[in-house]
Amino acid sequence: MTATDQSSTTDTATMVEALGVRKSFGRTEVLKGIDLTVRTGEVTCLVGPSGSGKSTFLRCINHLETIDGGSLSVNGHLVGYRRKGDRLHELKPSEVAAQRRDIGMVFQRFNLFPHMTAAQNIMHAPVLVRGESRKVARERASQLLERVGLAGRENQYPAHLSGGQQQRVAIARALAMRPPLMLFDEPTSALDPELVGEVLDVMKGLASDGMTMVVVTHEMGFAREVGDSVYFMDDGVVVESGTPSQVLENPRHERTKAFLSKVL
Amino acid sequence: MNSTPTSTAPPERSDARVAPADLEVVPLRHWGRWVAAAIMMLFAASFAWSLARNPNLEWSVVGEYLFKDFVIKGVGITLMLTVVAMVIGTVGGVLIAVMRLSSNPVLQAIAGFYVWFFRGTPLLVQIIFWGFLAALYERLVIGIPFTDITFASFDTNSVVGPMTAAVLALSLNEVAYAAEIVRGGIGSVDDGQDDAASALGLTKVQAMRTITLPQAMRVIVPPMGNETVTMLKSTALVSVIGGKDLLTAVQSVYAQNYKVIPLLVVAALWYLALTSILSIGQYFLEKKYGKGYGTASMGRRWLGRGVAR
Ligand SMILES: Nc1ncnc2c1ncn2[C@@H]1O[C@H](COP(=O)(O)OP(=O)(O)OP(=O)(O)O)[C@@H](O)[C@H]1O
Ligand SMILES: [Mg+2]
Repeated sequence: MTATDQSSTTDTATMVEALGVRKSFGRTEVLKGIDLTVRTGEVTCLVGPSGSGKSTFLRCINHLETIDGGSLSVNGHLVGYRRKGDRLHELKPSEVAAQRRDIGMVFQRFNLFPHMTAAQNIMHAPVLVRGESRKVARERASQLLERVGLAGRENQYPAHLSGGQQQRVAIARALAMRPPLMLFDEPTSALDPELVGEVLDVMKGLASDGMTMVVVTHEMGFAREVGDSVYFMDDGVVVESGTPSQVLENPRHERTKAFLSKVL
Repeated sequence: MNSTPTSTAPPERSDARVAPADLEVVPLRHWGRWVAAAIMMLFAASFAWSLARNPNLEWSVVGEYLFKDFVIKGVGITLMLTVVAMVIGTVGGVLIAVMRLSSNPVLQAIAGFYVWFFRGTPLLVQIIFWGFLAALYERLVIGIPFTDITFASFDTNSVVGPMTAAVLALSLNEVAYAAEIVRGGIGSVDDGQDDAASALGLTKVQAMRTITLPQAMRVIVPPMGNETVTMLKSTALVSVIGGKDLLTAVQSVYAQNYKVIPLLVVAALWYLALTSILSIGQYFLEKKYGKGYGTASMGRRWLGRGVAR
């Protein structure tokens, strides 16, 4: 790994660095200056009430939303911009696409491609974007399906899979691009309660393999068990952050306490 | 007292315990359908009888002309016009639809104007317009606008003959309708699909081509099938500018021998045969693009459950 010389005192590299990130939709400011740091290999959980801006912030990280202020960098590169002297130049769409290849994303509603089988879903981007051969990509799709506990489901269409299975295929699809960073937006919120566990298990496996992850979640148990740090967001700001035990067990702010008393 | 709690079970209860396989199932009989069908058949039969015996129809003449050379040639041109207009119409339609949905305001406006113009004027007027293009521009010139520099110049009538005019009119008109159908199809695809494609690093064009359009096809194919059937029939309109299509062909013959009705029947039979074949093709296309969605079979739905037993 090529270490960036300006990286801070710790010896672990910074994967995501957000400084004063702002975002508005029309006149409503949804993110009001978010600071956040994710170190390589860590699992960062974002929690907070509905509408607090968690999804919006996550989508800023891979430039699905553009930011209106502050700065956001992933793996040492500014997201969506290139710095030349004192100026920030917007990247071309093709350059943005290239940046996104290294950031995997898993959505609340899976967003599998319904016209493709599980294997085709997984192979699609590696073949189309990275130019991998179909044969290699197909083999890897099988391996990834096995890794998420769905060996032998290559030829099934999403419509014939349960929600939990679909979400695991979606995780495999994101992993197929070998991203160093994975973003999860409430990956279990659309699932029946009995299916939540199988998805969380896959995510725990990823975490223990050292994947860097940013997870928006309402699963406090997961945050406590797997999270290295937890950020509590409310109304577009980070109210408090720290280790799971700091934020979830000994919250300092009233808003955090009020939120936790509702979800726990 | 409560030693035998179910002792007063009514006798029907015991019937319900018999295994279903042992009982004969009487499907619901749809008497209304049978009566309606019988009445309709009666009317249809009497109409067919009147047609068959009507001497003005001259069935022997119909049979004589059905496979005549000039008819077959006309059918070929009608088919050619349909295919070319639909191909150009579909490709152009996708283009205009993508322009209309793009974030570029100039492209949006051009596409919007195009659709507004070509859907807002009758096809027949457009056909005549292209047919009489020479009356508007006597010569067509290729050069640099607002200068005297020209690379080539043609006599309009020699370049845009009736066939070219027919193709232009039908395709440019179809582009506008196809654009709206494609736009509707693209709009029907969940936004999350585009998010997922973008997140995987696909470019906009790749996402449109491999993710959005294939899914939009499910919504696009049925109305485009109808468009094709409509187009096949609309080709008859080019007879007003002498387009050499099926209708023009039979017209030029009945203008001489006055066998108007039988020759129109010949044309109608061909149109019917061709539209029927198109409908079959549409069925298979819909099946192809319905993959992964588990669509219910139409036949099963129409026949109802009783027949399936
Ligand atoms: N595309 C958009 N256009 C306008 N407003 C939006 C858009 N997306 C989000 N918002 C608004 O931004 C605010 C934050 O939304 P966001 O989805 O980020 O919240 P969230 O914390 O993820 O909530 P939830 O837990 O319900 O998913 C909400 O008030 C929402 O209505
Ligand atoms: Mg959200």
